[in-house]
Amino acid sequence: MKYMLMMNVPGSGPYQIGGWPKADIQAHIGHMIALNKTLREAGEFVSAEGLSSPDQARLVRAGRDGAPITDGVFPESKEFLAGYWIVDVDSAARAYEIAAKASVAPGPGGAPLNMAIEVREVMSGPPTDML
Amino acid sequence: MSEPPLNPDAWHLLRDLAPKVLGSVMRRYRDFAACEDAVQEALLAASQQWPRDGLPDNPRGWLVQVASRRMVDQVRSDSARRLREHAAALDFGQVVAAASVESQADEDETLTLLFMCCHPSLTQASAVALTLRAVGGLTTAQIANAFLVPEATMAQRISRAKQTIRTSGIGFERPAARARAERLETVLRVLYLIFNEGYTASVGPRLQRVDLSSEAIRLARGVHRLAPDDTEVAGLLALMILTDARRDARSGPAGELVPLQQQDRSRWDRAAIDEGVALLSATLGRGRVGPYQLQAAVAAVHDEAARYEDTDWPQILALYTLLERMHDNPMVTLSRAIAVAMVRGPAAGLEMLDALAADERLAGNHRLDAVRGHLCEMAGNREAAVRHYLAAANRTTNTAERNYLLTQAATVREAGLGP
Repeated sequence: MKYMLMMNVPGSGPYQIGGWPKADIQAHIGHMIALNKTLREAGEFVSAEGLSSPDQARLVRAGRDGAPITDGVFPESKEFLAGYWIVDVDSAARAYEIAAKASVAPGPGGAPLNMAIEVREVMSGPPTDML
Repeated sequence: MSEPPLNPDAWHLLRDLAPKVLGSVMRRYRDFAACEDAVQEALLAASQQWPRDGLPDNPRGWLVQVASRRMVDQVRSDSARRLREHAAALDFGQVVAAASVESQADEDETLTLLFMCCHPSLTQASAVALTLRAVGGLTTAQIANAFLVPEATMAQRISRAKQTIRTSGIGFERPAARARAERLETVLRVLYLIFNEGYTASVGPRLQRVDLSSEAIRLARGVHRLAPDDTEVAGLLALMILTDARRDARSGPAGELVPLQQQDRSRWDRAAIDEGVALLSATLGRGRVGPYQLQAAVAAVHDEAARYEDTDWPQILALYTLLERMHDNPMVTLSRAIAVAMVRGPAAGLEMLDALAADERLAGNHRLDAVRGHLCEMAGNREAAVRHYLAAANRTTNTAERNYLLTQAATVREAGLGP
C-alpha cells in the first residue's frame, strides 16, 4: 500500500528554519536525511520532495480565455505544504510510524517539532481481474 | 533498473559499439526511429545472451545482424508505407558483411548521429535523452532513472523527439561546412547539460544511477577523438575533467555541499587534473579561443592551487574579463565580481553587483543574492550577509545548495554573537 505523508507548515512567508542557530539547522537536516536513508534501505521509499518556500508559491486559475491568471502572496494564517514523502508499506500502522518519525524532527534548541503530518493512502489502479 | 549482468569490459564494448552499429544500420535502412529501436533491441539481446554464451567473435557484426533482423521483422509486421518501400532492399547479408569491420565511415557516422540527436529543432531535454540513448547506448529505463522521472515519461520524450526528427525532415547527413561550427556548438551544449545534470544532482542514491557526469565525459572524449582539431571540443572536455576531479571533495558525509574554499584538496583527483591541464595546454593558442577553453582555464587555476589562499585570483580575473568580452552573460559577470572582490577588495565587487541588479536576466535568480551575501561577509557586514544568504536560500531550488546557504547564514549570525 502506498501512502503520501504531507508535511504542512504554518504561515506564508519564507521557511522559519532560516532564523535557527546553525547547530539546530544541521540537526534538522541530518534528521531528514537519516529518515530518507532508513526508508530507502527498508525498500519503502517511493519518492520524497521538498518544496520551495510559500512566498514563492502562486495560485493559478484559468481565465475566460483559458489563459492562466496567477495570484501570489497569501494571507499569513494559511498552512502550506513544505514537502512530502510517498512510501510503500505493509500497513497503515507502518505509515503512521514513519509519519511520527518525520514529525519529531528537531527544531530550535533540539526540541522535537511534533509537526502535523497528514497521511493519505494513494489510490491504486483497479484489480487486474476486473480488467 | 538493473544494469545487465555483463562484465564491465563487455558493457563498455557494447556501449562503444552502439553508435557505430546504429550508423551501419541507418546507412542501409535510413529510418532513424525504427533503426534506433532495432539497435536498442540488439543491445538488450546482447546483454542477455553474451553473459550466457560468451562474447561472439565479431561483437559488432553480431549486433548489426540482430538489429537488421529486427528491421526485417518490423517491415514484415509493420504496414508503414515508408518501410515497405525499402522491402526490396532487405537482403541484410550484404549490409552485415559490409558493416562488420571498423572503418573511417564509422567515425563520420557517429558524429553525424550526434548532429542529428542534438539538432536545434529539438528541445534541450529531448536532445539530451536522445543523445544518451542513440549515441550513449543507455536504455530508456537507465536514462529515466538518472533523471529521476518515470520510465514511461522518458520513453514518451524520446519517441516525441524521434517524431520531430521525422517531421522536420532532418536527414542522416553531415551538416554543410558552413553550418558545421554552429551545429557542433549545439552538440557541445547538450554534452555540457548532461555533465551539469550529473554534477548538481548530488543528492539521492547516486551509486545506483547511471553517472551522467562520467557519461558526458565519455561522450566528449568520443567527440574529441572525432574532431581533434576543434579547440572548443578539447576545451569542453578539459573543463569537464578538471571540474569532475573535485567531485569527491565536493560533498560531505551526509551529502552536504562543501564549497571550494573548504574542500579537502588532498581528495582531488590528481591524475584527472594532470590530464585536464595537459589537454588544455595542448589546446590553448592552437586555434580559436572560446568560452569552454576559458572556463577550463579557470578550473585549472583553481585545481592548481595547493590551498584556497594560494589561488591566483588576478589570473582568474583576467580569464573572466576575456570571457565576458566574448559573451554578454550576467552569470559570467557575477563570477567576475567575485574575482574582482578577491583582487581589489569586496567593495569593488559589491559595486559591480549593484550594476548587475538591474539586469532583468538575473531577476529572481538566487545566485546574485548568494554572491552578495558572500561579498558582504568578506566586507564584515554581517547583518547584510545574513539577509542575502537567507534570500538566496529562499530562492534556490536545489536542496543541497539551500542547506548550505542556510548554514552559512547561521554561521555568520553566530560569529556576530561573540563566544
